[in-house]
Amino acid sequence: MITFEGVTKRYPDGTVALDGLDLRAPSGRTTVLVGSSGSGKTTALRAVNRLVEPTGGRVLIDGTDVRERDPALLRRSIGYVIQQAGLFPHRTVLDNIATVPLLLGWGRRRARSRAAELLELVGLEAAQGRRYPHQLSGGQQQRVGVARALAADPPVLLMDEPFSAVDPVVRAGLQDELLRLQSELHKTVLFVTHDIDEAVRLGDGIAVFRPGGVLAQYDTPERLLAEPVDTFVEGFVGYDRGVRRLSFFPASRLELHTDAVLDGGRTAGAAARTAAATGEPWLLVTGAGRAPLGWLSAGRAAAADPERPLESLELEGYGHIFHVEADSLRAALDAAVLSPAGRAVGVDPGGAVLGVVSQADLAAAIWSVGEDTVGEDTVGGDTVGGQDHG
Amino acid sequence: MGEVIRWDWIARGLEDPIGTAVLQHLQLSLVPIALGLLAALPLGVAAARWRRVYPPLLTVVNVLYAVPSIALFFLLLPYTGLTMWTAVLPLALYTLAILVPNIVDGLHQVPGHVRQAATAMGFGPLRRLVLVELPVAVPAVIAGLRVASVATISMVSVASMVGLGGLGALILREGFNNRFATPIIVGVVLTAVLAFAVDGLLVLAQRLLTPWVPRPARGRERKGVR
Ligand SMILES: Nc1ncnc2c1ncn2[C@@H]1O[C@H](COP(=O)(O)OP(=O)(O)OP(=O)(O)O)[C@@H](O)[C@H]1O
Ligand SMILES: [Mg+2]
Repeated sequence: MITFEGVTKRYPDGTVALDGLDLRAPSGRTTVLVGSSGSGKTTALRAVNRLVEPTGGRVLIDGTDVRERDPALLRRSIGYVIQQAGLFPHRTVLDNIATVPLLLGWGRRRARSRAAELLELVGLEAAQGRRYPHQLSGGQQQRVGVARALAADPPVLLMDEPFSAVDPVVRAGLQDELLRLQSELHKTVLFVTHDIDEAVRLGDGIAVFRPGGVLAQYDTPERLLAEPVDTFVEGFVGYDRGVRRLSFFPASRLELHTDAVLDGGRTAGAAARTAAATGEPWLLVTGAGRAPLGWLSAGRAAAADPERPLESLELEGYGHIFHVEADSLRAALDAAVLSPAGRAVGVDPGGAVLGVVSQADLAAAIWSVGEDTVGEDTVGGDTVGGQDHG
Repeated sequence: MGEVIRWDWIARGLEDPIGTAVLQHLQLSLVPIALGLLAALPLGVAAARWRRVYPPLLTVVNVLYAVPSIALFFLLLPYTGLTMWTAVLPLALYTLAILVPNIVDGLHQVPGHVRQAATAMGFGPLRRLVLVELPVAVPAVIAGLRVASVATISMVSVASMVGLGGLGALILREGFNNRFATPIIVGVVLTAVLAFAVDGLLVLAQRLLTPWVPRPARGRERKGVR
């Protein structure tokens, strides 16, 4: 656990970068720091590996004040990833990754083989290990930065806007990678970002900083989105936080309808009768293995030759689908909004249609989310240690 | 005077005086460059680290550079006599005016995030300097060495005026004094060849020492070949 106890940093020019920060980042969890520019997030991070010496308070790692440790030795036990990656231009990718093991005196062979392991762990090819950093893309450089930080297997990882310099697609890939790594490695991660979606995605806990280096709120992502403590935090998490919050609720709680789902072998006449019986304006036609083929409007079903099979008719594309078991309400809502029929198609892991969700059902589910009282959640199974210090 | 170049003189004098002069010239230029680099490194590192040191240091090395070499040679003559040091010491001082700013610039060009990453990974200041900052500054240092070596090789000729040998002596003693053109031409051509050769070796050294420097031009050539 990383503990900030009343940490204050006042620079010689009078700037107060951190003002009495109390924060506990539990072990094995990812704690994300967000907040306006200049609110002291980087300063907080750098107080942990002593790149910044606080002018007040103290930082502890697992109960030990970081000031009791030799700075160079302390830093070798803490991974540090920054926005520009900070790779050494004169060393190959493999040697970059081997940096800390070499500093720790592992010997060249062991350090190199460890570096090769990490290269693979972060999803790079062995051949890329022989390249120099300038021969890699920005996203690949960030991966190397992460690999280098993990090389000596440090228990603590500090990441300062590590993915903010890459495009959204690459960023999403890097986030996935980090989530996967974290599920295997269980590092104590402090992660700074400006992207609230990234924070919600990666964080077990989120600390929002306000200008002047003051902690505004420290909570789980769910609670932060449900109950921002004030208008500053609300503004920060975004006014579409309601929609964002839907990502915490599983799509499996939606009621799926199958009466408007018809096999492509059925006739237009049968479809017209189903539409009349159910009052559904849109019917979903499925093909082999119940895979979705497309939407048929009730009007078109009635107008078509009653003997024609549905699969021979012109259908509207089914657009996005959602995975009932894996996706969230947010994905289901997204699927409904993008569907020409205004309805979302839910499928099982094999891609077979389980049913469709009407707008009314979606509205009801979203409504019930609003009704959900947010439980007394904790950050990472540990009490949220924000403001409870004496 | 007959023909301008007397090949028979060249053939007879290949070992002496021509060969001797080339070797002397080489020694008189390389020793000052090496000494200059040895002195410039700590000075440059200090100036890059303590920025306040730099302006006065720069003034000193520039003023030294402005002193005519012939004056320095004569100043040293009573102390060092007709030894190589009379030429070597002033020439070494001259290289400082080129090498120190190059080293300082090279160190300043190390990106802040690279330096920060090194510190954050647990490099102490000395290790960081030797393992990260100086290697990253190598291209700038070699660029300085190239200018300094060409300048030194041409200045060594002046050293001959105080009787220290080298290709300048060939020009002066054999050519000028005897009103004989061949040694003058040979001296001039060989000085240029020497400068070219040393420069070429430095370029080669840079290629070998810094395989990591992006060389887009070379990459394009390769693509063209394939
Ligand atoms: N060396 C320094 N000297 C003086 N002031 C500094 C120094 N470093 C940072 N500051 C100031 O401290 C404050 C906090 O800086 P910090 O870098 O921690 O902010 P941040 O939250 O990381 O901002 P950003 O989101 O823009 O990265 C800022 O006002 C900054 O200008
Ligand atoms: Mg910052």
